[in-house]
Amino acid sequence: MSAAIELRGITKVFGTIVANDDVNLTVNRGEILSILGENGSGKTTLMNMIAGIYFPDKGQIFIDGKEVCIRSPKDAFDYKIGMIHQHFKLVDVFTATENIVLGLEDGERFNLKKAAEKVRQISSRYGFEIDPDKKIYEMSVSEKQTVEIIKVLYRGADILILDEPTAVLTPQETQKLFAVLRKMRQGGKSIIIITHKLHEVLALSDRVSVLCKGKYIGTVTTKDTNESELTEMMVGKKVMLNIERSMPKDPQVRLEVHGLDCHDREGVKVLDNVNFTARSGEILGIAGIAGSGQRELLEAIAGLQHITDGEILYHDPKSDAIENLRDKTPMQIRELGVRLSFVPEDRLGMGLVGNMDITDNMMLRSYRRGKGAFLHRKAPRDLAETIIEQLEVVTPGVTTPVRNLSGGNVQKVLVGREIAAAPTVLMAAYPVRGLDINSSYMIYNLLNEQKEKGVAVIFVGEDLDVLIELCDRILVIGSGQVTGLVDGRTATKEEIGFLMTKSVHREEETANENA
Amino acid sequence: MFAAFLQRAIMQGIPLLYGSTGEIITEKSGNLNLGIPGIMYVGGISGVIGAFFYEHFSPAMNPFLAVLIPFLCSLVGSLLMGLIYSFLTVTLRANQNVTGLALTTFGVGIGNFFGGSLTRLVQSEVPSVSLPKTSAFFKTSLPFAKNLGVIGDIFFSHGFMVYLAILIALVAAYILKRTRVGLHLRAVGESPATADADGINVSRYKYLATCIGSMIAGLGGLYYVVDYVGVWSNDGFGDRGWLAIALVIFAVWRPNSAVLGSLLFGGLYIVHNYITGFGVAAQELFKMTPYVVTILVLIITSIREKRESQPPQSLGLSYFREER
Repeated sequence: MSAAIELRGITKVFGTIVANDDVNLTVNRGEILSILGENGSGKTTLMNMIAGIYFPDKGQIFIDGKEVCIRSPKDAFDYKIGMIHQHFKLVDVFTATENIVLGLEDGERFNLKKAAEKVRQISSRYGFEIDPDKKIYEMSVSEKQTVEIIKVLYRGADILILDEPTAVLTPQETQKLFAVLRKMRQGGKSIIIITHKLHEVLALSDRVSVLCKGKYIGTVTTKDTNESELTEMMVGKKVMLNIERSMPKDPQVRLEVHGLDCHDREGVKVLDNVNFTARSGEILGIAGIAGSGQRELLEAIAGLQHITDGEILYHDPKSDAIENLRDKTPMQIRELGVRLSFVPEDRLGMGLVGNMDITDNMMLRSYRRGKGAFLHRKAPRDLAETIIEQLEVVTPGVTTPVRNLSGGNVQKVLVGREIAAAPTVLMAAYPVRGLDINSSYMIYNLLNEQKEKGVAVIFVGEDLDVLIELCDRILVIGSGQVTGLVDGRTATKEEIGFLMTKSVHREEETANENA
Repeated sequence: MFAAFLQRAIMQGIPLLYGSTGEIITEKSGNLNLGIPGIMYVGGISGVIGAFFYEHFSPAMNPFLAVLIPFLCSLVGSLLMGLIYSFLTVTLRANQNVTGLALTTFGVGIGNFFGGSLTRLVQSEVPSVSLPKTSAFFKTSLPFAKNLGVIGDIFFSHGFMVYLAILIALVAAYILKRTRVGLHLRAVGESPATADADGINVSRYKYLATCIGSMIAGLGGLYYVVDYVGVWSNDGFGDRGWLAIALVIFAVWRPNSAVLGSLLFGGLYIVHNYITGFGVAAQELFKMTPYVVTILVLIITSIREKRESQPPQSLGLSYFREER
């Protein structure tokens, strides 16, 4: 049997970051292949090269044994490759059918009724449940995903790539999707599914290919492997980092989170009964796969996220009073000394205004302190200068728009400003995202400094090596639930990696232990 | 009197219908063209220039050419305006609001500049250019209209451009709703990134929709000058361009609704002439009614929150493919 698609020696470099390094992969007809890897291991980049969104720097792609060159999504379509992205591309006010036929020039008379009929045929063949005349904005996330999958099938795709399809689905919807995918496999389609959920890999796929930090680790047959072998392949060998870590001095409870529940706009539960304590003079790490609820957790504490249930108790070190942050506005929470420095994917999105200079960005936190109607500009400018000097921000001056700084410098400005407010709780989410080693260490040292000053630091990180080296305790969350709490001094990467991918639904007793 | 009012209301409504049909097509591509008032001025003056020279330098006028020349001149004039707008907002990705407002100022200026020049050429006493012969050709109505009494007066006494406006609006509605091109155009206006991913050429759709929309809107200016009044006078077209944009909202982006909407707006625009006994101040209040009605429609559609009656989702935004 010749491979439906084969990759040989694929390499892709973005600037100085090697996203894919000499990756080899084969998918056969009538097979489901899982691509497993941590965040940033290059899974999506690799798939985007098959789908024609990126072009590989090196390497060859073969389809049915013939070498091909895929330059655009249209080329990919012509080779019968269809990709279902994590973020759906659909027109909200159109019906399912209108979205499915959008952009098709099949030379036939435009006939939506006929198209809807074909959509129904595809649905019944693979067991989808969809109303072709329903508008997208009336649909649930899983229905939208179904529309995306049908769209690809409608165009005759034989090779389907799904980028983390279950990330947005409930367990029941996931089961339904898997049933559909198995039917497609029977029908001779090749399916590539990107995921980092180990139990899904084991339940669904025929073979698993593992990527780690852009490198191809290997491919194993699913029935010959187990979770611990896959975890080991996925997280790689331990790296020594040497971050100075002092013992917490006189830790006192600063923040208590009890039974926290949150729902997102679509009504999907993003935080489910989260419990933990943050103590002064300690760094609490939060580990988890991206989108497991880290962002929502920090936002809930900062007062930016609607809390469905549960409470967040803050122990004020000045008055020894216990305040419930749930009843407070974001402003009041900040006044209490709870500070959030969140570095989102686009860095500037939350916290800084790109078109304003460093001084003005400092003033976003202090503009209320001026006298009367006039702003007090001197203090923020001094602060801006101090941050530039102490954190070695590379900038032509305090009047440069933040947008013009490089990513690392933007992050230093953001973290520097929040630290300057002398917080009692400092939450830093992905503060080293996209930074080089030196800048990263500067941020780690800043966090350590705060810890020694008695601040309760909550650090959300992506790199397990760093979490283990930096944090005193590490809270692991998966799908919005706490899956474990480990000691940073004794934990291993394998242990955390296992907790990250573990589903609480399957192992209730562990969740109860932590509760 | 009511028949006369209705007849006038139709004539007042037609320039608005041209303008709003053009603007709806443009907005469906995601381009908010606030240059429509200026484009309608340019459409008017371009036609007037063509008609003026044909009328003054041709001893025996051919009825067919007398209509065709102003018509083509008008189309070319507004096409150029549409191209300027598209180039600035689509190719250079300039801010659509600023570009549109600048085009309106520019278009009114062009109209008044050439209007003034033509006035000087004929050494007229009054600041206007009269085109009696061209106007007569444009106003030619069906011969049997006179025999149909009141109905004939109201519905069949108009020149061909009245029926053309309604035809264009209905055809536009059909294309938008029922054809592949219409589906693609709406996709471009709703979510250009989605359209782009599906292989639709976003820039081409935006250019074509804006230019065709501008040409249709320009015909509204032409109709007003050569058919409705038959005389070009500076600033004579007034604020009808803005009213056309208000009509787009009133018709909730549906050209077929704009047909009836234009009749209503046309009526409201002149109703103050037919309601006597309130004095001048009250007349000014009546002139406000089309805008009040538009605000009411905005309030009602906002309260109903029906997604179909909202403007295209990416209206007013420039599109460029993200780097990553």
